[in-house]
Amino acid sequence: MKRFLKKGYAALIYLFLYAPILILIVFSFNASKSRGTWAGFTFNWYLQLFKDRQIMKALSNTMIIAVLSAVIATVIGTAAAIGIHNMKRLKKTIVMNLTYIPVVNPDIVTGLSLMLLFVFSNFQLGFVSLLLAHITFNIPYVILSVMPKLKQLDKHLYEAALDLGATPFEAYRKVILPEIMPGVFTGLLLAFTLSVDDFVISFFTTGSGVSTLSIIIYSMARRGINPKINALSSLLFLTVLLLLIIVNLRMSGENKKKE
Amino acid sequence: MKRNWLSYPYLLWMLLFIFLPLLLVLFYSITVRTEEGISFTMEHFRRFLEPIYLRVLFRSVKLALISTLLCLLLGYPMAMILAGNHFKQKNIMVFLFVVPMWMNFLLRTYAWMTLLEKTGLINTFLSWLGLSPLNLLYTEEAVILGMVYNFLPFMVLPIYSVLSKIDKNLIEAAEDLGADGFTVFRKVIIPLSLPGVISGITMVFMPAVTTFVISRLLGGGQFTLIGNLIEQQFLLVGDWSFGSAISMVMMAVILLSIGVMSKYEKENEGGGLL
Repeated sequence: MKRFLKKGYAALIYLFLYAPILILIVFSFNASKSRGTWAGFTFNWYLQLFKDRQIMKALSNTMIIAVLSAVIATVIGTAAAIGIHNMKRLKKTIVMNLTYIPVVNPDIVTGLSLMLLFVFSNFQLGFVSLLLAHITFNIPYVILSVMPKLKQLDKHLYEAALDLGATPFEAYRKVILPEIMPGVFTGLLLAFTLSVDDFVISFFTTGSGVSTLSIIIYSMARRGINPKINALSSLLFLTVLLLLIIVNLRMSGENKKKE
Repeated sequence: MKRNWLSYPYLLWMLLFIFLPLLLVLFYSITVRTEEGISFTMEHFRRFLEPIYLRVLFRSVKLALISTLLCLLLGYPMAMILAGNHFKQKNIMVFLFVVPMWMNFLLRTYAWMTLLEKTGLINTFLSWLGLSPLNLLYTEEAVILGMVYNFLPFMVLPIYSVLSKIDKNLIEAAEDLGADGFTVFRKVIIPLSLPGVISGITMVFMPAVTTFVISRLLGGGQFTLIGNLIEQQFLLVGDWSFGSAISMVMMAVILLSIGVMSKYEKENEGGGLL
């Protein structure tokens, strides 16, 4: 009986989590523009979605910014993590606490403070300011993913490489980097996802007609319901689901290899 | 190995894009531009003490607290169920809990708009039952619902991860010593799960108190929260000084809640009293 109650409760919570998303997906195939009634199956909204220049442009902006900001943040963040790892304790504590500022600070404050900086220094708001903002909020997450791997590292590995005649640069490239690679890769993926997902900071730091998908969705949703957003949401949901499944399979595969 | 210089680009970047911007917010919040130049003032903070603005702050904190409490009440049992051995495919169940969290929160909020609106599915269902349609969208309840829906996983996952690490021997020991199920829950499970509860509360309260999107989409602009106020000052009114002052207040609220939470955590580290 108790078991039954627990399963029932879990089922209700899952229903609460998934019903809105599933209904959204179902109604993206609805021929009628009204959400309450079903008027037959159609791919019309998907076709319109792909014909919409503004949305396609936003999609490409989102992807370009996500890739660029993730790669740049990963390079700066990984280097920073190695540097911080080699610092003395007090300095390390100070820098790590600074690293947490953008993580803890509300997105809206990060966004508007960057906007103030750009406007104050007469920097044109647009694609570049958006990219700079995304790199800024991505770097701490890369550092936080790489740091644990550096801590696990055997201190003597680097020295052994030097003893065997490697230059410091070679030792880093051939010994340290391969060891911390899983952390770097996690950071890269995380940065990419956060960049695609971000709305608040982008909203404040963009300008001159440059939009991302989130910004488009917000401005359309503010005006009310639009079946094109349903279609877009369904596609995005399936993409996220697919990515998560791949990442999970990869991770469980790695765990099995270790065993 | 001296490789400190590797972090210099990062330090420079953070100085330029985190530290300097925050300094600008502070600068705008305490200065006023007059004909004679720029002078310091507390006028913007004083303005925030006017009843209309205090009401906004009060409403933001109230809605965030209600949502946090609801998330805790709904989420704690769920975390216990996930941590127990009720499902053969436990990993998949946890995975299913994580998936919506990775979905863009705008879309999650938008999904409720389509359900709650006047001609939406819930009202269609009601009229099918012969009941009159309700005003669901653009209400305070809709905003709370949106917050609970968006942030529930942030409550469940930390509690789940703490619960699943609890040593099963402790529970058995308590049972051997004569504790019944409820006593075990009250005296063993709850105190041990407290760190998870605290980080869950922080992770729900913080985004809830700073949001402007959920209140805009599900509250329709009638329910101005502190986030909406800031957004309006910067993007509509153009009063950067007042907007900066409100942002400073918001950061203070956040820092205060983190401080309270970490103090609470420390107090409970030793005995785990409840």
